[in-house]
Amino acid sequence: MSSIVRLQPEPFDAAAEVAALRRGRTDIGAVVSFTGICRGHENGEPITALTLEHYPEMAEAEIARQVEAAQTRWSLSGVRIIHRHGRIEPGAEIVLVITASSHRHDAFAAAEFLMDYLKTRAPFWKEVERASGKSWIAAKESDEALAARWTKPDSAAAE
Amino acid sequence: MSVKLLYFAWVRERIGRPAEEVEPPPAVATIADLIGWLSGRGDQYAHAFENPEVIRAAIDRTHVKADAAITGAREIAFFPPMTGG
Repeated sequence: MSSIVRLQPEPFDAAAEVAALRRGRTDIGAVVSFTGICRGHENGEPITALTLEHYPEMAEAEIARQVEAAQTRWSLSGVRIIHRHGRIEPGAEIVLVITASSHRHDAFAAAEFLMDYLKTRAPFWKEVERASGKSWIAAKESDEALAARWTKPDSAAAE
Repeated sequence: MSVKLLYFAWVRERIGRPAEEVEPPPAVATIADLIGWLSGRGDQYAHAFENPEVIRAAIDRTHVKADAAITGAREIAFFPPMTGG
């Protein structure tokens, strides 16, 4: 399986990344592409920008471990993950997860699994910028619950 | 034993530096011990670690729990719960 992980401040082109993953391949029957975008509001209050801080070496290692876990769980033909860092304004992309497989189920499940884990285990932190000042975004318990369902053998999401 | 410490997000802001090299005494055996020892080093550390249960840690770039042994660690990071994605 081909897998590419990039951590970068620059924007990305999701369509170009999907095309690059598919190029010359006839074994792929399904591609799922998820793009996370910076909202213009946080808890009902307008924001100016988000700044993402990260721990570069660990983020690479941790995401690689998550990709490996996804690979052992589902049949995947390719994975591409791009996570931006630095200052990001509303409407701009933050994260891209692309999963490819022979069949849709594995691609859907792996993309959701990877996103749930990126949210709770990849070392990134968002600071929100408002007219009134800056503050760190608090982690959501709902994100923890979404990630935890992949480790519960009796849950619908588990394989 | 000398070890490199890294701080991120509000842990970094409260402590006032992104990284430092420290030499904890031999009695400091776990992540929880290290948090306790650091908390005694000054107000900024005490502030950063005032709720140790919310602090996440990594040893040599791998997530660990508070009871993890720090023996042999080269790089230990402290940070708030992650909010990427």
